[in-house]
Amino acid sequence: MVLSRLRAGLQRTRNRISHALRRLGGDTSLEEALEALEEILYTADVGLLAGEILDELQGEVRRGAIARADELGPWLRERLLRELQDPGPEPLRLQPSGPTVILVVGVNGSGKTTSVARLVAWLQGRGLKVLLGAADTFRAAAVEQLGIWAERLGVDLVTGPHQGDPAAVAHDAAEAALARGADVLVVDTAGRLHTQKNLMEELAKVARVLDRKIPGAPHETLLVLDATTGQNAVQQARRFAEKVPVDGIFLAKLDGTAKGGAVFAVQRELGLPVKFVGLGEGLEDLEVFDPGEFTDALLGPRPAAETA
Amino acid sequence: MLDSLTQSLGKALDRFKRAGRLTEADVQEGLREVRRALLEADVHFQVAREFCDQVGKRLLGEERLRGVEGSQQVIHAFHQELVALMGSELPALPKDPRHPMVLLLAGLNGAGKTTTAAKLALWLRQRQNRKVLLAACDLVRPAAVDQLRKLGAELGVEVYAEDPAPDLRPEEVAARALEQARRGRFDAVVVDSAGRQTVDEDLMAEIERVEAAARPDATYLVLDSMTGQDAVESARAFGERLDLYGVILTKIDGDARGGAALSVRRITGRPLCFLGTGERPGDLEEFQAERLASRILDMGDVVGLVEAAQEAVEEERAAEDYMRMMEGRLTMEDLLAQFRMLKKMGSLKKVFGMLPGAGRMSGLLEQVDDRQLARIEAMVLSMTPAERLHPEILNGSRRKRIARGSGVQVSEVNRLLQSFHQLQKQMKSMGRMLKGGKSKKRLLRQLERSGQLPMMPPGGRPRGFRR
Repeated sequence: MVLSRLRAGLQRTRNRISHALRRLGGDTSLEEALEALEEILYTADVGLLAGEILDELQGEVRRGAIARADELGPWLRERLLRELQDPGPEPLRLQPSGPTVILVVGVNGSGKTTSVARLVAWLQGRGLKVLLGAADTFRAAAVEQLGIWAERLGVDLVTGPHQGDPAAVAHDAAEAALARGADVLVVDTAGRLHTQKNLMEELAKVARVLDRKIPGAPHETLLVLDATTGQNAVQQARRFAEKVPVDGIFLAKLDGTAKGGAVFAVQRELGLPVKFVGLGEGLEDLEVFDPGEFTDALLGPRPAAETA
Repeated sequence: MLDSLTQSLGKALDRFKRAGRLTEADVQEGLREVRRALLEADVHFQVAREFCDQVGKRLLGEERLRGVEGSQQVIHAFHQELVALMGSELPALPKDPRHPMVLLLAGLNGAGKTTTAAKLALWLRQRQNRKVLLAACDLVRPAAVDQLRKLGAELGVEVYAEDPAPDLRPEEVAARALEQARRGRFDAVVVDSAGRQTVDEDLMAEIERVEAAARPDATYLVLDSMTGQDAVESARAFGERLDLYGVILTKIDGDARGGAALSVRRITGRPLCFLGTGERPGDLEEFQAERLASRILDMGDVVGLVEAAQEAVEEERAAEDYMRMMEGRLTMEDLLAQFRMLKKMGSLKKVFGMLPGAGRMSGLLEQVDDRQLARIEAMVLSMTPAERLHPEILNGSRRKRIARGSGVQVSEVNRLLQSFHQLQKQMKSMGRMLKGGKSKKRLLRQLERSGQLPMMPPGGRPRGFRR
């Protein structure tokens, strides 16, 4: 994430929490302070973890480990950070030889296709030869959408007919990746609600076909989560992980007002770390996940509040 | 949608039910759990707090009614507050629109605007017999224009679209679409727009210009039902820039807990107007607070079930079959009728979802898709009338004959029978749940009195083989 944003975020974190405390008046009771923090956490979609953390915080205050209001912020930051896994500078396990296959999955409208395009741009930036497989044969014009991206990116695109079998596309894409000596094959899939059993089975089939063509594939499966998603994110991740070996989360649309706090529950319940975040409109707007910056932004105000 | 909210609320409600007489401590304790359930369902923080305060006041202020069980009173209080929270006097479509009526859709990226535009166009044509034009004003997302063109072609709805060019502005496309609608004597125009983040100043200014050019009779905010606390933020941000009429909630066929549905009305002051309930173009419903409140409290959406059934089959049959199937007396004929009905009214799973107690049941027929439907139809049609009414007589040689007749493997016939038996069992247990120990007559009387089921002659109608 961008450095200036980080600094601003840090500044704002302190401001927001101390502001919340000030607002409560001079003789802020602990209960009122906790309520203010509770609101910050819940409105960021942190979910029930918020309750747990606040209980702990209460304990800390009771045993005297926290005495002043300005100690609350740093404590909260550290506490939240403990919940997140740092993917490090190399979030993807690239294969030493032969194409590394990355499968991208997610619900409708989560931002898969845009995220795929950014991922390709990021891989290209690392000097890798990338091939794209467009296995979203379901949504009208989805292949066209990816086709436009592929052209802008200058990568080859393997696809199939509208309403065709996505597993066949995966098969062809894997074959092409081998034949053309691609370093990485990125396969985009149709958005599907995780409650649609047939479509989820179809996804498992895509993964099986890839594995048959290139043993061990997909080497990385990324689940694209919309940052505006609430606690349903856990359900999504669980159902997708049941069908395909999800390795990590691509958190999209973090440039809006949403904080994406649902990833705490996803990390905790399913052990799935965030690997990338999508931030803006452009192809270059992808960052490797940084838990510190993420937490700071989460505790800071919503961007909309700045203009208000 | 809403299943898990129903479950967790149900747990909290049980606490109230156990207490014979509600003390203030009981209420506080119970409400703490309710609040947790609401927050876990993505109900907005503030709304959850206020809702619990309101229910608490009502519970403590209300006098204990004579002849009513305490638990019923609690559920009633919740129901009232839920309806108050979500309900509105405004109709789903604007009153006294101009001609042609113009509807604009706005929302975040990925909320489902383009799909909803197509659904809304179909709804207007089917339910209101309007001649509808779709206007493709999303010039940002690559291929969005293509997507709308394709959807329009599939549904037989005309689409006004221009090929995106760098200097093409969506407000100009909107203006020209309106012009075409007037010339072509269309009754309604549905304007699709680009998805945007509310912090993106350029795009927010753009949607304002589109609104100014289209002068819509109603601007709807399209909102993903899986949205968390941000639902309220984005609704607020769009509301500041646009003259929002109401909200369309999409993707409620997922398992989101519908917190957005509960929060939006309260926070934005704008009502929920439509719900996107599935993948098919026909899966759009008018929102009704009463109905959703009943569903959240697991009182069952009998109204919804019967309405859906009425559209698909004649009224009399609906009541009769419904009662009979609830008793577990299911025939292959019913199965066939159900499957055919699916095509008209959406998945059986959806129908199940409307039934009381269904929140706790597994979705058996999830796996049935359209292609399988045709095969099932063929198998049932290969059965004799006697076999259809009494599937238990299907022995090995009959099964073989049916397989040959319908061009499938015997194993497939076996699978059909297996799921038939499962369905029969589920129907039976659902019937038991629905009745909750009440006699069939009493239940029927109740349904009739509430106007939810058409009258049925005493003793039902003689059963016979129907084609």
